[in-house]
Formats: sequence, structure tokens, C-alpha cells
Amino acid sequence: MSKLDRSEKLAILADAAKYDASCASSGSVKRNSAKSGGIGSTGGTGICHSYAPDGRCISLLKILMTNYCMFDCLYCINRSSSNVRRAAFTVQEIVDLTLDFYKRNYIEGLFLSSGIIRSPDYTMEQLVEVARRLRVVHKFGGYIHLKTIPEADPELLKQAGQYADRLSINIELPDDESIARLAPEKDGKLIRRTMDNLGKKVREAKAERKSSRKAPLFAPGGHSTQMIIGADASDDAKILTTSDGLYGSYGLKRVYYSAFSPIPDASSNLPAQAPPLLREHRLYQADWLLRFYGFSVAEIMQGGSAGQLDLNIDPKLAWALQNRARFPVNINLADQESLLRIPGLGGKGVGKILQARRFTALRLTDLERICQSVKKILPFITTVDWHPGKQLDSLNLYDRLKPPPEQLSLFPA
Amino acid sequence: MVADFRGGNALAKSTYRISLLSEVDLEGWRDHARRLLQGGVAPDQVTWTVEGRGNSGELDLSPPAAFPEQSSDQIARPVRISKTLLSLINSALLHSNEDRFDLAYRLLYRAQSVPALHRNPADADVLKLNRYAKAIRRDIHKMHAFVRFRKIGASEGREQFVAWFEPDHHITEAVAPFFRNRFTGMDWLIVTPGASIAWDGQKLSVGPGGCKEDVPQEDVVEAEWRTYYANIFNPARVKINAMKSEMPMKYWKNLPEAELIPSLLEQAGTRVEAMVAGAPDDRLFDSRTDEPAADRPTSLDQLYALLEQQPDAPRDKFSDRLIHGIGPDHADIMIIGEQPGDQEDREGKPFVGPAGQLLDRALEQAHIDRQQTFLTNAVKRFKFTPRGKRRIHETPNVGEINYYRWWVEQEIRLVNPKLVVALGATAARSLTGKAVTISRHRGEILPGPDGRSILITVHPSYLLRIPDEQGRQVEYAKFVRDLQLADNFVH
Repeated sequence: MSKLDRSEKLAILADAAKYDASCASSGSVKRNSAKSGGIGSTGGTGICHSYAPDGRCISLLKILMTNYCMFDCLYCINRSSSNVRRAAFTVQEIVDLTLDFYKRNYIEGLFLSSGIIRSPDYTMEQLVEVARRLRVVHKFGGYIHLKTIPEADPELLKQAGQYADRLSINIELPDDESIARLAPEKDGKLIRRTMDNLGKKVREAKAERKSSRKAPLFAPGGHSTQMIIGADASDDAKILTTSDGLYGSYGLKRVYYSAFSPIPDASSNLPAQAPPLLREHRLYQADWLLRFYGFSVAEIMQGGSAGQLDLNIDPKLAWALQNRARFPVNINLADQESLLRIPGLGGKGVGKILQARRFTALRLTDLERICQSVKKILPFITTVDWHPGKQLDSLNLYDRLKPPPEQLSLFPA
Repeated sequence: MVADFRGGNALAKSTYRISLLSEVDLEGWRDHARRLLQGGVAPDQVTWTVEGRGNSGELDLSPPAAFPEQSSDQIARPVRISKTLLSLINSALLHSNEDRFDLAYRLLYRAQSVPALHRNPADADVLKLNRYAKAIRRDIHKMHAFVRFRKIGASEGREQFVAWFEPDHHITEAVAPFFRNRFTGMDWLIVTPGASIAWDGQKLSVGPGGCKEDVPQEDVVEAEWRTYYANIFNPARVKINAMKSEMPMKYWKNLPEAELIPSLLEQAGTRVEAMVAGAPDDRLFDSRTDEPAADRPTSLDQLYALLEQQPDAPRDKFSDRLIHGIGPDHADIMIIGEQPGDQEDREGKPFVGPAGQLLDRALEQAHIDRQQTFLTNAVKRFKFTPRGKRRIHETPNVGEINYYRWWVEQEIRLVNPKLVVALGATAARSLTGKAVTISRHRGEILPGPDGRSILITVHPSYLLRIPDEQGRQVEYAKFVRDLQLADNFVH
């Protein structure tokens, strides 16, 4: 085989990385190059430098170091038995490419993952070396997210945390049985143990930073994970319960849900199917309710049936329709928690309502200035000049609120 | 800053006409606003404009108004403004809408009697100001995101970059510190229609605006960026509206990657169809070889005797010794290796060397009884290169594998196993008649010709060659798993 140049490798290894849902470059320490004289800064929130036609933000150079892999996880395009073209970057090639892209303001930093080659330790060493060179040799101040390999030596994890803003370990599937079946070289227990270890280190480093500003950083952007949706039979309740447990036990920043994609050269043990994108979307909405709206998994699942979220309407609306007795909520009197439970009203809108209430008793015209869409929330609220009447009791409320059926497109976009 | 308080008040409506030095003369606006407030001038009596904006012809008709005489207590009257409102105003004043100065003054004026005014999100003026400020934040954010530097060279060890950008509002100066803090280690210049900003490692400077042609139109890395962009896109998830809302089309003309979008979308449908249709190749098995001029043997002994008599057997480089298969003549599992090795050749039995021992261990772990399994090789004699006292194993070529295919087929027919396990590429080739990528087909029970089930996996000698201990363990575990699959299949 002739040697691939950097651009050919990039094509293969960017393609191989696109199934990873994570793209965030936020939540790390503030850093800039004004002092170091190097290149790169991180702010509170990351910047999306471009968008792909799949609607996803391109903020980091997201690539694999190599897509050779000795593991054989059925849902993964890079599994050892897959027939994809293989390529491998050298450490220096990744460093150069990151800097070249960064200096042209294409990216916020690097998201580096890899297939496992030679051994988990060897692979992890290479990933850490990329981050080390960027930080130490090139004084790179941009964002670095490293995917860690649970099977690698914990000492390597420690080093990775020194250089990276965020670390992640993919949980892959919601239960250990599925992991054993679809990712035979992986071990659910080991993944969680490594995650636990990581969570502890992040917490410790944060606590130390509070007492001393000179204490070393360890993955200041926290850690995250990804779960593949639709590759096994787990239902939404199972998935959300797993996420809830992960947030609670290991202090994860994010759980990413990645709809299992029909991948080229898929294993014949998995059916080729359209990706359940809407399901992925509903899971993200439910995840949001878990993290920011004080919902429990049980409450969220009230809106679904047989362990699955309702695909027609968002989970908050679904919950509200099952709990109509709690509505209508008086916009001018209700506490923050009750306001947050109104479907169609988000954290920002609630904040504005609470502020505006100090000046005046709110009317619909006031709400129109505050909310994204008053129409959506009307059945669930009362204001000085509005009461939904018996709407809430009406049997066809569900049908009225769900989005109208769309003509399916023969030619997407 | 030019104060232009002209006397008279004929047209009544805008008594005071203030002309600011430039679109971003925030300081000038603040000074005037302070003095107007101190003079108690109502918002509807003031008109704001910017020098040289070229839109003030009509207003020029209005006779100049005299600035109101200020009594001493008016001058002393403090102008009150909250920090939040001030920062909102500072931001909103960068908006390109010409009414921004009026709006900001009106709010300031109203805030003198209602100090917390800006905290009422339901107030129409506050709403508008917030909208302007939000548009500015968004414009600044998009400039942070969509500036694309192009390298023009290097000087004294510092690389030099230039970019062209078209912001919607007057934000160019405001974004300069961000770019300095991010790109300290290189020299750069960003040109916009209204202004340009530059950094040379020492200081930031602001210059006049320019046009797109002033800036180089390409960069060597741009092609790679486009390669990245095209390949990170997943055709199975087209969401064009989501993309357009965050990356509006007005920016596309200056983004090198955007020119790919139409063709990517066009191909998306067919690419997904290809993925879904990409079922594994079911024409794995080639038609079998022709039978030699011999009767079909009725027992294994007869088969091997017949093979011994074959006059044209490939003897060059091969040992004279024919190695028979071993095991019960009606085993459930038949395992086919590559060829006998040095030790096998000496002892006259298959699978007794190091690879055979590893196989034994793996079989035991997979709970397969070796005594109940039929073991044989795809090539029946040891092929080697002599080197001194040693005989170095040499992989059989395609012709040699094909020569023995019929014989292997007869072995299978006579033993009649429920499952045939092929170890490694030679055995797989012997079974299928084609080159087979082991990694692609391993771990699946494949339907072979004549309804026979086939399992392909690696050869144990491959495991012995993996240098890294961790890697060997992983591969060994996979090998055991494949054998377990075989065991499960026959039980």
C-alpha cells in the first residue's frame, strides 16, 4: 500500500470520528495566550466555527489518531472486523494539523480519540503525547478533549488530565449485558471503575484549586461519556436511569446520546436501519429535564408509554398532559419550580417572568415580549387577562398540541 | 467629537442636532448625553447623526438650536445610570440601525425617573435595546467564529496572517482584544468594510476599512480544511435548517468550506442508500475445483492412500511426508489449519508444535474436547526453506492451496462435521477458493456451499507473533470467543 499523505489520512480519520456525538468545548478554565506568547485561548463557552449539513457544530478538530483497532465492537465502524480503509496519524502530524487549523481560526481545539492499536497502554501513551507536545512545546492554549481508554494504566489517565480540558470514557451501552454482547473486549465494570476514578480526580483537583491557585489542574472541563442509542434493545427508561446514575455517582458533565447510525460495512448481526434521530432528540430533551428542571426519571417516563418516550411531543409537554391537575399555573403568583414545569417555557423565560413580575401584574401582551411562543403555553397558564377555561380537560388536547404531520421529503434538503 | 448646537427652533421637532465623530464614537455620545440630561432636554427634542454619514441632507434644513442655558443647580444635578444599563447601551450602540443613539438617549432619560427601568423586560424600549444588544453579541460571536485567516508568510520568526470579514454591525474594534488574546504568537490583520484591526506582537492598531480584494484569496491549508469538513458530515443525518440557523447563508461567501455544501447535500441520499444496502458479500464461496481422475474415496484411510499415490503432487520445497488429519471420523467440529510445521512433520501428526499447544489451551477454555474434534490442514505437507540445520516454514502459494482443495473437500465430506472452522487465511482460501479478509468474516457462522456451516478465525500462530503482551491477550481472548461460538453452534 502506498503511503498516505496528511490530507488522505485526514479524510479517513475524520470520517471515522464523526460518529462521536460530543463536540462541546466549554466549561473549562479561562486561558489565553497573552502571557505565554503562544497560540490559543479558552473562554467560558466554546465557539462553533462552522456547521456541517447535518446541523452539527464544528468546534473542535475531531479525529481519530488511528482507525486500526484490535477491538471488535459490533456497533462501531472501526471494529477490527470492519472493512473500512485504515490510516494512522503520527503524533507530530496531529500536533501540526491542530496548530495549522487553529491559527486559521477554523477550530477551538482538538478532540482526539483512537482505535486501540498494539495495546491500550501504547495507544493511550500516544494520545497523551499529542496533548503534551501541544501544551508544553507549542504553548497551545486551546481546548483539548482526550478520549481515555479504560483498559489503560491509571497513571496515563493522570497524565492525560494534566494536559486535557476534558476527558471522556464512553459507557457505550446502557447495561453490562449489552456491553458484553456487542463489545466483547470491553467490560462495563472496568468502564465504571475508571469513570469513578476520573470523577474523583476531577473533584479533588477542583477542591485543591480552591485552597491554592497553584494546585495542578486536572481536566478542568470535567468528564463526559457517550451512549449508543438503538444498537441494543434498551428502552428510554433504562437509558435515562443509567444516565441519572452516571450523573449522580460520577459527577459527569454530560452524557451524549448517539443514535446508532447505519454505518458502511455494518456487522450483519445488526440490522441496517434508519437512525432513530428523533429518539435521540427526545432523550436529549429528557436529559435536560433531569439536569436543569428537577425532574426525576419516573416523572419523565409518566409522559411515555411502555418505557419509551413519546416521539410526537417533547417530554415536558408529555409529562404535563399526564399531570393536568397541576395546571393552569398562575404566571403572576407561581413559584419558580412550578413555572419551570410549564411546557414551552424555559429557564430564561422563567427568569424574565420573575423579573417582570416586580414591575407589573403580567398580561398576555407582556408575555408576548418575554416568551418564545405564547401560543404554546396558553393552555397551561393564567394571567390577569387570560384563563384557559376547560381546555385542559379536553380530550383532544394532545392532538391539538402535537406538531402537524409533515409531508415526508423524497429528497432531503 | 464635534458639538453642533445651533440656535433657533423653527421646525420644532428636533431642536438639537448632535453630530458624532464616527459610528463608534461612544465617548462622544456619552458626553453629549450627559450634558443634554443635565439640561433636562427631552428625547424628542434631540436628533443624533454621524458626521459624513450622508443621510443628513433633510435634517440640515432644520435651523440650528441653541443649547439651553444651564442653571448652576442643573449642572450639579447628577446623572444616574446603573452599570447594567450602561453596559447594555455600550453594546447596543454598536448596532448598525441609525435610531440606536435616539433609543439609548430615550432610555437614559426615562431611567432618570424610573431607575430600575432596564430590569423590566416587558418595557418596549428596554426590549428593543436588549434586542440590539443581543444582535451585537451575536455578531461578535459570529465574527469570533467565522473569521478565516490566510497565511501570507513569516517575518523574524513570526507567522503572518490576514483575514477578510463582513460584520453586520460596528463591532470590529470591539473584537480586537479577543483576537489578540487568542493569537498572541502570530501577526495578524483583519480587514472589514468599516475598519481594520491588526496585531504585531506588541500592540493592537485600528485602521481604515478595505475590500475583499485586499486580502489573499487562498491558503495551503484550506484544501485540508475542506477535506475535514466534507468527511465530518454524516449523510445519514441531514439537518439543513439547523445548519442555516447557526451559520446563515450570508456568511457562506466568505467561508472556504461553504462551497461544498450543495454537493454534499446532493450526494447525501445516495450515500445513505449505499450504506443501508451495503450488506455483507454473500458470494464468498467460489465454485469448487474439478475432481482429479480418481474415484471418490469411501474412507479417510482410502483418501490418504490415494493422495500418497498422486504422481504430480507439489513436491518442490515440500517434505515427503504426508500428514493425515486426526480425530474421530465423525466429529461435530472439524478444524482446518494451514499446513504441518517442522514438529508436525517430524512426529507425523497435525497440531503438535507451539501453535498446536496454544490451540489446545484455547480449545480447553472454550470447553471443546480436542479428542472429539477432527484436526487437519489445508495443505497436507510441510513447505519450508532449508537454512543450515533448520527448516524455515514457508507459506504455501495459491496454486499449492488449490491443489489440495479437492482433498480437503473429501475430508469434510467423509467426516461430515456440523461445523468447519478455518484457522487463518490459507484454510479460508482452501474453503472458499478466494482470498478472504479474516478480520472481516471472523466471528460469524457463514453458510457454506452444500449447506455446510463455516466459521473463520485466526490461526494460533498469528497469536504467537503479536509482540505486545497486552495485545496478545486481547487477540487470544477473541480467538477463544470464536471457538466458544463454534461450541455453542454444535450443541
